[in-house]
Amino acid sequence: MASVPAARPAKWKLVDCDPDKCTGCTICEYICSLTKEDVFNAHKSRIRTTRLHPLVNISITCRLCSPAPCVTACPRDSLTQSEETGVIMIDDDKCDGCSWCIEACDYGAITLHPEKKVVRICDLCDGDPECVKWCPEEALDFITRDLMAQKARITVTKKLFKEAMEAAGIKV
Amino acid sequence: MLGYAGRILHVDLTTGKVETATLKEELAKKYIGGIGLGMRLYLDNSKPGVDPFDPENPLVLTTGPLSGTMVPTGGNGHAFVSKSPQSFGVGEAKSHGHFGTALKRAGYDGVVFKGKAEKPVYLWIDDDAVQLMDAKHLWGKSTGETEDAIRAELKDHYIRVATIGVAGEKLVRIACIMNDKTRAAGRCGLGAVMGSKNLKAIAVRGSKDIAVPDKDKLLEIIKRQHERMKGPATRKYRTLGTPENVLVMNSIAAMPTRNFTQATFEHAEKISGEYLNQRFVAKIIGCNSCAMRCEHIAVVPEGPYKGTTTRIEYEPLWAMGPNCGVGNLDAILKGMELSNFYGVDAISIGDIVGFAMDLYEHGILSKEDVGLELKFGNGEAMVEMVKRISLREGVGDVLAEGVKIAAEKIGKGAYRYANHIKGVEMTGYDIRGLKTAALGYAVSFRGADHNRHGAYGPDVKGKVDRFKAEKGRGKLVYETEDLYTIIDSLIVCKFSRGTYYDGFKDLAGIFSAVTGIEMTPEELRLAGERINNLGRLINIREGLTRKDDTLPYKVMHVPIPDEGVAKGSFVSQKELDLLLDDYYEVRGWTKDGVPTIEKLNELGMKDLVHIVKGKLAPAPSPPKKPSKKED
Repeated sequence: MASVPAARPAKWKLVDCDPDKCTGCTICEYICSLTKEDVFNAHKSRIRTTRLHPLVNISITCRLCSPAPCVTACPRDSLTQSEETGVIMIDDDKCDGCSWCIEACDYGAITLHPEKKVVRICDLCDGDPECVKWCPEEALDFITRDLMAQKARITVTKKLFKEAMEAAGIKV
Repeated sequence: MLGYAGRILHVDLTTGKVETATLKEELAKKYIGGIGLGMRLYLDNSKPGVDPFDPENPLVLTTGPLSGTMVPTGGNGHAFVSKSPQSFGVGEAKSHGHFGTALKRAGYDGVVFKGKAEKPVYLWIDDDAVQLMDAKHLWGKSTGETEDAIRAELKDHYIRVATIGVAGEKLVRIACIMNDKTRAAGRCGLGAVMGSKNLKAIAVRGSKDIAVPDKDKLLEIIKRQHERMKGPATRKYRTLGTPENVLVMNSIAAMPTRNFTQATFEHAEKISGEYLNQRFVAKIIGCNSCAMRCEHIAVVPEGPYKGTTTRIEYEPLWAMGPNCGVGNLDAILKGMELSNFYGVDAISIGDIVGFAMDLYEHGILSKEDVGLELKFGNGEAMVEMVKRISLREGVGDVLAEGVKIAAEKIGKGAYRYANHIKGVEMTGYDIRGLKTAALGYAVSFRGADHNRHGAYGPDVKGKVDRFKAEKGRGKLVYETEDLYTIIDSLIVCKFSRGTYYDGFKDLAGIFSAVTGIEMTPEELRLAGERINNLGRLINIREGLTRKDDTLPYKVMHVPIPDEGVAKGSFVSQKELDLLLDDYYEVRGWTKDGVPTIEKLNELGMKDLVHIVKGKLAPAPSPPKKPSKKED
């Protein structure tokens, strides 16, 4: 199946975390599990926070890969990807919790529901992700790939500009 | 009863037996959680007069009703309570991070440890599966190494660990209990109690649901708190952090310097929050559920301490900086990193080094005694002493007893340089010129502390004449004490205190929204008062009296020498007596500081009246020997 990977369509928006801003507070996990499961339980959240070191924090959820390895990996065709939004949709009747998709995901963005024994993947809250709304540091953004690149350019330009000005002895 | 897990875990380390008991709603509502519930569980599970290191002295660990929920700063707290090996009264210390969240998710409001394991062990709580694990290979490891090793051997990065370092193993009386690498249950030496039980660590994985009665109502409150947390009430913590205090305290001559020799520090600029943030702070992170984030992680960029990475706050910065005359942030940061590494209270260790420097300068400790040029200002010597005290090496062995016991052992008038209250070392406020705070410090049930009350507030903000001792200060102390006690029982972060605009009303609203238990603001205030009385009762049971509500020798005998507004200020015995009388009266206690039977009945503490019986008579002279009762 040597297909050439297509780029993620320009219109798809995903939840992206800026590790420079992420403080590791896990509020995204709380609001996700409350929204989707009506309880607080990080194990039932579709987004997970990881702290490797006090200086290294990040939250990760579905990256909307295209083509999506999880969809390819599923032996029961339980997963399909929306062409409109890129969201991976799960057919609970077909999924038997075999977890091949979890293995296929490079980002650890898929979890097995502890009780229902079916997998859970971020559904972007119908286009208005709660985690992005509640992140107190605005570390999470709901963003297209082009805007992501634009944001990175602005950040790096600011940084370079600040360094150059400081080198010239001008306080900014 | 939501919010609460409804279960207390009892672990007998001698027999290895593990049991769970039910937490009754009545007890939960009366003592809330955190230090309140912890002290009550301590009282109910201990015998009077027990030595802190005796296996029969229980170590209690609690979460709060808000732990594990999204309530900002409330989701993450935990507290330890035991008899303090420093004060020989009640010892309590709280910590934040992620550990408390995990413990609640595993389904526990508290854990009571009793007995002593034959060999080093750690407790592994995996929801309902609880077992003692061999910790021989962890004994001798630092706090961070232990956390990493446990996560690696249990194969789960999300396991949370609270652990002691080498200092706790060696029964250093200022040993703390660290969690999440940068957070400490620091004060009162509870890490040494843990070490005395051969308990190296507690590892937790929690995967249970925490449900709330009304999701929308709770989210509304959380939204409001998030907004407030972005506002002026938390500005200090979000920007420069508590090290902002350096220049503030210095400017009003309230920053103890060189072990309370002066109250201002000539190198304050070099160790200021401003300079720290400009040169050292690499990132600000947050605890679980926090919407304000305050944790300033500093990295030393160059020099002999290059690469040193540590969380930084005003108190330890003060203790290892101005209090030791050290004006070099590189060394201060190293001292703080080592405190976390060995697991000692980073405040007390600075006090002890400052105390040793003072003794050295006054010829009470000689160069032969210490083997170092232990002069004020010597940053390298300070760092070396942090290590020696933590490891009980050389002179560090006697100093590891804390300034009070060390002064008794050293003799030669060393007590005059020992800055402690009830055996617990001082914190970074020069209370010679902050007399409301001085009262708060004197009556704090866990010894010298600025966090049992907010009594420095009115002094520093100029709401009262801070150089004057007068009637009325008792009320100021009592009010903030009751609020602070509730903050520590719920548990929410003290840095968030300014966001509860309506005080008990806001806090009671949060409590009810999470637990579904009705709680009026007045009931919550009463619970705060009840918990303060409880702390007092434990101390009374353990033999502490009015005499222990006192201040360090220097605070009462050596006036502030610095030129300026604070010059000449100190707290005389007469002033202290006036303040104590006023405070006891507002509290409804006797002249000896004993809660009356009427007061205890009013607070619904009839079951504890036996503790005060026989101690209520007006102070005769000489005072009667307190009658010991087994109960």
